Amino acid sequence: MSTNAVENAAPAAAAEDATPSGTPSRTGLLIIGASQSGVQLAVSLRALGFDEHITLLGDEDHRPYQRPALSKEFLQGTVESESLIFRSNEYWAEHNVDLVKGEYIVRIDREADGSGVAHSSSGKQFPFKRLALTVGARARKLEIEGGDLDGVLYLRNADDALALKARVGDAHDVVVIGGGFIGLEAASSLQKMGKNVTVLEFGPRLVGRAVGEETAEYFLQAHRSRGLDIRLSTSAARFRADDGGAVVSGVELQDGTVLPAQIVLIGIGVIPNTQLAEQLGLTVDNGIVVDRFALASDGTTVAIGDCANMPNPVPGSAPGERIRLESVNNAIEHAKVAAYSLTGRREEYAGIPWFWSNQADLKLQIAGLCNGYDQTVLRRDEERGKFSVLYYRQGQVIAADCVNAPLDFMAVKNALAKGQNIPAEAAADPATPLKTITTDS
Amino acid sequence: MPTVHFTDAEGAVRDVQGNSGDSVMETAVRNGVPGIVAECGGSLSCATCHVFVRDDCLTQLPPMEDMEDEMLYGTAVDREDNSRLSCQLRLTDGLELFVTTPETQV
Ligand SMILES: Cc1cc2nc3c(=O)[nH]c(=O)nc-3n(C[C@H](O)[C@H](O)[C@H](O)COP(=O)(O)OP(=O)(O)OC[C@H]3O[C@@H](n4cnc5c(N)ncnc54)[C@H](O)[C@@H]3O)c2cc1C
Ligand code: FES
Repeated sequence: MSTNAVENAAPAAAAEDATPSGTPSRTGLLIIGASQSGVQLAVSLRALGFDEHITLLGDEDHRPYQRPALSKEFLQGTVESESLIFRSNEYWAEHNVDLVKGEYIVRIDREADGSGVAHSSSGKQFPFKRLALTVGARARKLEIEGGDLDGVLYLRNADDALALKARVGDAHDVVVIGGGFIGLEAASSLQKMGKNVTVLEFGPRLVGRAVGEETAEYFLQAHRSRGLDIRLSTSAARFRADDGGAVVSGVELQDGTVLPAQIVLIGIGVIPNTQLAEQLGLTVDNGIVVDRFALASDGTTVAIGDCANMPNPVPGSAPGERIRLESVNNAIEHAKVAAYSLTGRREEYAGIPWFWSNQADLKLQIAGLCNGYDQTVLRRDEERGKFSVLYYRQGQVIAADCVNAPLDFMAVKNALAKGQNIPAEAAADPATPLKTITTDS
Repeated sequence: MPTVHFTDAEGAVRDVQGNSGDSVMETAVRNGVPGIVAECGGSLSCATCHVFVRDDCLTQLPPMEDMEDEMLYGTAVDREDNSRLSCQLRLTDGLELFVTTPETQV
């Protein structure tokens, strides 16, 4: 929409404000990455009364949209692309936010005061006084033979989802590589669409470390009983094409077995986008290292969302403990903290992370972070298809995975937020609502 | 065109025209109505799209499913008899809906 305004602004400003070096005037905030965290940052800043110019820039050609549905409702065709759009064009115009699409920033020149100019691959310049990196993460590539074949796909953005959707009609067999959330969500969606789906997981269990043993096992059984072919401790050796062609036709496993596949979908995790931060000389370590106020090592650049490595926001975390989270909730909450920092208020990032994942009729909601647990309590209501695991550390509840059990999820999320406890002994009976046994700890 | 009248906890009213088929939540968020957060984008996972529906409008809405009912027990401001999750409310032609947003969603 208002791309032109920005394109025109740079030369005009340069002419007006010719500094000795001839650089354009550097005003306003440039947000690089126009997705969940970038959008929230712009929205929160305006809500706080930030009145400087905001440019919200991203390399994708779409208006900023929500990613979670890409592996779920959007893939299945139950929601339209329009429903995924965060804000209307009118909203951005009214709030004086310049939305720039389709520009990939390759380099940033910076002055000592933090202001600078970002250069895009198409040769455009975007001057700024203050910079926010909301560049997210990219899909980790599986570098094996045949990885370049047509039909070997990833699922990180809308173009990936559109490419997948375009092929789904003709495909009979799909091999999903990676039994994490996105792999399992996509596998369930594709199965629902009538495809013959096999999931290959390299590790001995599903979903890696994001959930505990019991939840991983529950999902394994639940998916298998719904007809999904899941193979643990299995990896692909190469992708094959018929008759030396360019289109994938199958996946060859380490033991030589070949699974037919007209689509291979790879979901083996993401890599945070730290290229620009590195070029700027910011500290990078599994993401852009930031403090509790979302500020990078230069003390002025803001970095939030999937690309940021931050102090663990869970109250009471060990000092120095760091974490990088990949979730909508984190993108939103981190953006709010950054908005305070950019308007001169110091608000530490503190909160209880939460996450959801919908797979077939299994609605998983996770409250808190389970790392470091020393005890679990299972609540299972077979009849109503509910399943929850509560995680404890030294008798204090720290997290819960809840499947089709929103009451449990809400009770734990609220208890954690208020610093309360749900005593383990009383929690095991699924007939007892957790809310009724919550105590001030 | 369906219209939703959003009243916030302080009493300020915002009238938003929506499209049939869209949810009340989508209509609010896309136009920046501040009282609706909708973290999960309508997948019935967050309960941050809570609204109170004016009593005489309740009958125009579809009944709630168990999942919505359970989620409503976890809203930031306690539920009342006229509480709904706005991502579950679809606009229909000619619908005129009056809702109040709670003081906070998180
Ligand atoms: C298929 C899928 C399903 C998901 N499901 C869930 C779910 O159910 N629940 C949940 O909580 N989370 C889910 N997530 C995760 C969630 O979407 C992410 O955590 C969230 O999008 C992170 O937001 P972000 O803005 O930090 O990063 P991103 O969304 O990755 O956005 C970064 C943006 O920056 C752009 N960019 C990067 N570098 C540059 C550059 N140099 N110049 C210009 N632009 C650049 C990127 O193209 C991208 O548009 C899902 C993600 C995917 C992919
Ligand atoms: S938007 Fe999350 S429950 Fe309605």
